[in-house]
Amino acid sequence: MSDASLQREPPDRPWSALAVEWLREHLFSSWTNILLTILSIAFIAAVVPPALDWAVFSAVWSGETREACLGEGKGACWPYIAGRGGQLIYGFYDAVERWRVDIVYVVGAIGIAWLMIPRLPGKLWVGLAMVFAFPLLVYVLLSGGLFGLPIVPSSKWGGLLLTLIISLTGIVVSLPLGILLALGRQSELPVIRWLSIGFIEFVRGVPLIMILFMASNLMPLFLPSGWNPDKLLRALVAISLFSSAYMAEIVRGGLAAIPKGQREAAAALGLGYWRTTLLITMPQALKISLPSIVSSCISLFKDTSLISIMGFFDFLQVIKAGNSDPAWSTPNTAFTGYLFAALVYFAFCFGMSRYSAYLERTVGGGKVGTGKA
Amino acid sequence: MSDTWAIEMERVNKWYGRFHVLKDASLKVAKGERIVICGPSGSGKSTLIRCINHLEEHQSGRILVEGHELTSNLRAIDEVRREVGMVFQQFNLFPHLTVLENCTLAQIWVRKRPKAEAEKTALELLERVRIVEQAKKYPGQLSGGQQQRVAIARALAMDPKIMLFDEPTSALDPEMIGEVLEVMVELAEEGMTMLVVTHEMGFARKVADRVVFMDYGRIVEEAPPAEFFENPKHERTKQFLSQILVGH
Ligand SMILES: Nc1ncnc2c1ncn2[C@@H]1O[C@H](COP(=O)(O)OP(=O)(O)OP(=O)(O)O)[C@@H](O)[C@H]1O
Ligand SMILES: [Mg+2]
Repeated sequence: MSDASLQREPPDRPWSALAVEWLREHLFSSWTNILLTILSIAFIAAVVPPALDWAVFSAVWSGETREACLGEGKGACWPYIAGRGGQLIYGFYDAVERWRVDIVYVVGAIGIAWLMIPRLPGKLWVGLAMVFAFPLLVYVLLSGGLFGLPIVPSSKWGGLLLTLIISLTGIVVSLPLGILLALGRQSELPVIRWLSIGFIEFVRGVPLIMILFMASNLMPLFLPSGWNPDKLLRALVAISLFSSAYMAEIVRGGLAAIPKGQREAAAALGLGYWRTTLLITMPQALKISLPSIVSSCISLFKDTSLISIMGFFDFLQVIKAGNSDPAWSTPNTAFTGYLFAALVYFAFCFGMSRYSAYLERTVGGGKVGTGKA
Repeated sequence: MSDTWAIEMERVNKWYGRFHVLKDASLKVAKGERIVICGPSGSGKSTLIRCINHLEEHQSGRILVEGHELTSNLRAIDEVRREVGMVFQQFNLFPHLTVLENCTLAQIWVRKRPKAEAEKTALELLERVRIVEQAKKYPGQLSGGQQQRVAIARALAMDPKIMLFDEPTSALDPEMIGEVLEVMVELAEEGMTMLVVTHEMGFARKVADRVVFMDYGRIVEEAPPAEFFENPKHERTKQFLSQILVGH
């Protein structure tokens, strides 16, 4: 037999040695690094404990009225959020009709979850239903006027409901529109190319708030009199068009990164323009631009708060209105409201960002964007 | 006439802007013939074979492929591309599709074959290029030689009558060149009409019916390999051969 078993393995290094090494490498590798480490620790020590104390430990967690939150040394007033929760979620939607909003939330959540969980089958059909049937359901349910449902005007929609409707519509419309614009911009037909370039550059050169302003104040002047589209519809159109111009540039960047050998190989196999685009270049371009696409969706989600200039009460606006509600007026009300708003926005945006990171890792195998390994 | 010729090029000229790339290039390729094209870098070899499936457009002269004349008419181009398969120096596999999908995509969308039939054809071809066990992998997971063999299978899946190869082994590490050439030799032995741009002179000697030498956009010399290598007519050809044969 060999004497290998007699040879002593060198002993494993102890964890403590590894930890010291890690610290030295990452936090104390140079004088600048040491300085930055100390400054960061000082900053964290100065900010985090008081913030945590205010938001959690000294916060008021139960109570029915503002009295619970009054008094020395008290932190965030969470009962205020609970007390106004209805408005945050439903806006000013008639209380007895809120079940209609609930259905929209539940169906929407199931649909989106279905699309996001990889194991579930029938993605194509669920996706089509979410893009085409779901908006119809939302419209009929929320507006009413059909099937004996009382009419609830869109001016009463608000809160998280409105924020989600606008951002989801924006995302779902701007992606395909952006793809078409990106293709239009590279089209060989001059008219289509110039129109696409003109639209993209105009929209990108103007602040969103101005486009919303035009949609709410100027558009009615240009439209034939007697035709006065719903204000919410105008907001949706404005946001979708705005976002699609950005999407178009993102997709164009992705397309530009595809080596020309891909198009040549497709052409040599007899695939025409549309099939090459649909099957070869666009899937790769979308995968490359996925991080930017999601960034754009995140921006869009946050930018929806600007529709308040059209007089809508989106999520942030409802919080703001609540902050000045005399029934909940305490020194900590406004802070609590904004902290809660920040947490909700963060939860949605962080969720999108994580999902995109997950997709990047899993979609369509291998590295895209190079002809070879 | 056009029954015997797979490709007829008559006085083909092409310019890139003011630069004259192909100068009165005329070449006839009989059905089942194997042609090797060689020449110095920039002499227009790639341009010549890319004109045959209209990846590049020629500006004067005539190109007929299996009797179809190539014009800028889209239908004529489609007609020709159906008959012609192409293998590129950089493989150009579709990185977002598996090896199998790379080989079935055009069958399904261009040849309109049912998926099951397309997969059967693809698997047979992958078997033939000895890579069938990698069918479920993505191109990025394969070596260069394997990728190039997949690219050959992908082109063959369309049942082309003519195969064009543009320096199929120049992007490969030396130890992988053999496996790709082997597949090409087999293809030649099965009677495929082939136009191969390559500097692999061993391959040319072994399978070519004719070797074509290009320089500065002109076809300078064409001859069967024995004659071409032993007894080149033109000074330029001799010079080129002495360089390339020393290099090997
Ligand atoms: N798209 C283009 N625009 C302008 N000039 C080009 C273009 N493509 C090729 N050329 C030029 O045309 C000439 C012939 O190119 P081609 O690719 O056909 O040469 P080649 O014989 O295949 O060379 P190599 O051995 O380097 O592949 C070269 O001088 C090249 O610089
Ligand atoms: Mg070349």
